[in-house]
Amino acid sequence: MKLLTGNDLASGDVIWWTGSGWSRHVGDAADVGDDGDALLAAESEALRVNAAYIIDAEQSPSGPLPSHIKERIRASGPTVRADLAINTEIPIVRA
Amino acid sequence: MYQYDNYDQAMVDARVEEFRDQARRRLAGELTEDQFKPLRLMNGLYLQLHAYMLRVAIPYGTLSGRQMRMLGHIARKYDRDYGHFTTRQNIQYNWIRLEDAADILADLASVEMHAIQTSGNCIRNISSDQYAGVAADEVADPRPWAELLRQWSSFHPEFSYLPRKFKIAVIASQQDRAAMRLHDIGLELVQRDGVIGARVFVGGGMGRTPMVAPEIAPFITEDEIVSYVEACLRVYNRYGRRDNKYKARIKILVHELGADEYRRQVEEEFAHMKTLGLNPPREELARIAAHFASSAYETGISDEIDRSDPDFALWVDRNVVAHKQPGYAIVNISLKPIGGIPGDASADQIELMADLAERYSLNELRVTHAQNIVLPYVKKADLYTLWQQLDEAGLGAANIDMVTDIIACPGLDYCSLANARSIPVAQKIAQRFTDNGKEGVIGELKLKISGCINACGHHHAGHIGILGVDRKGTENYQLLLGGSGAEDASLGQITGPGFDEDGIVDAIEKVTDLYLAERQGEERFLDTYRRLGMTPFKEMIYG
Repeated sequence: MKLLTGNDLASGDVIWWTGSGWSRHVGDAADVGDDGDALLAAESEALRVNAAYIIDAEQSPSGPLPSHIKERIRASGPTVRADLAINTEIPIVRA
Repeated sequence: MYQYDNYDQAMVDARVEEFRDQARRRLAGELTEDQFKPLRLMNGLYLQLHAYMLRVAIPYGTLSGRQMRMLGHIARKYDRDYGHFTTRQNIQYNWIRLEDAADILADLASVEMHAIQTSGNCIRNISSDQYAGVAADEVADPRPWAELLRQWSSFHPEFSYLPRKFKIAVIASQQDRAAMRLHDIGLELVQRDGVIGARVFVGGGMGRTPMVAPEIAPFITEDEIVSYVEACLRVYNRYGRRDNKYKARIKILVHELGADEYRRQVEEEFAHMKTLGLNPPREELARIAAHFASSAYETGISDEIDRSDPDFALWVDRNVVAHKQPGYAIVNISLKPIGGIPGDASADQIELMADLAERYSLNELRVTHAQNIVLPYVKKADLYTLWQQLDEAGLGAANIDMVTDIIACPGLDYCSLANARSIPVAQKIAQRFTDNGKEGVIGELKLKISGCINACGHHHAGHIGILGVDRKGTENYQLLLGGSGAEDASLGQITGPGFDEDGIVDAIEKVTDLYLAERQGEERFLDTYRRLGMTPFKEMIYG
């Protein structure tokens, strides 16, 4: 599956496209399939997201899970500051 | 320390208002990100892995108590209660909101600070010896020259769009505490026949093509330093490559031309520049130097330290350094508590250090390239009280230049360029060498970790270096041995195949065990490695 992600323009927060808007939680993310490029262009134009791009992900029991470790850390927050994490349940390293 | 004059303040204030308008226009949709990105980067505002990151310049690592307190205030009001001190003697905030950025810059300007030229292909923050002005072995305080270069390089129109970023260090001791020869230009102030001047080294650096800078000029007089540096930059600006960012640093130009040919071109340019009369007037250097004169020392005070508390005595042995003034000491505050994040300090800790500087250190602090803090003017009689307050605040780690005093870049936990995490590896190593009790036996061992080839964690210059790489989507760590950023500068060599996170910790324990078994006399790890060479260490690791 493909996810559309970027950073919120004003706050800089990592955000994920949900199908109808943006969420800080990767669990809310929607598979953008082949529509990613068009969505990316439209959302970047609408100024809701900064530096948006499309990533590979896979479906997991808890929802969409980015394929690459960098994106998993973006989704989880810093692994060394649990107090600042968005979701500490996200597996960072592949089993 | 230096204080802004009206020109300095007006420039910084004007830049704040310019950026305020730029950020407003971006938020209103009047600027695209492509248009805005170079503008925010000129003000130190990056977009990192989780949020905007603001890098604040700390010229030659020197801060007043008031400035340090402002850094704590910013951490508390605009960030998430902490800041990260960097290997460039700066501070970074990891969770900045674009809508707050101009207010932060205004707060910084109110204490004579800014984030200008902390990004981009320009001359970055000038770094220096954290013991400048108080080291017993220096020929002069290097900070007036660093400040002169800061003023010269700020908004310099000719050098605002260099082929690549440019880093300068100034030291004034034979002992190099600033990794001077791993800078684009390194200046070592020296004295010859009673005249102050500088040795000039050009073309050092780390990153993907690490190089130790060759000496380009053995001696230029103090009057000529700025114009000689300008000649060095002019040659680079003219011939440095702009077609390939990986070959654009001055080290590549110097390497490809050869030091002799680069020197010849610089000398030719310098001869031309001499005719232009661009050397700054001596009165200007004298005006700047007057700001750094230390006249507040008390005399006739005790030069003794009561070492009856063993924990305090250990901290003194490891964190306190001899001062040039009788009765005073240089205090290193370690930002490397076991289990902590190298270089991080909470808002409370930053404000406490500001308070302690005002109370015990003539209102001054330094940031070190090893991501620690220095109080440079502490009376020996105040050391015990100071240590108690530091220890109570989690700032009492006694480990300067030991194996747990690890330099680590933010790595993949924060940085969008990183390939692997640095901080968890640093934490595991620190824990291992605390648990096994070997840290004290090992003694000096400089361990440096970078999460990618850009080498912000100075892994090339570590006695032991670690480079995090991405191997088919998983973190992998290469081990390097034999680097040094000191006066005996050298580049570490890769031992062989890399390791996972636990494997690299085991490998480091193995090489230190070999060192302990083989060392002779007072040899440091680095000395033993240089004597034995790589082979026995490889055999120890890979068996």
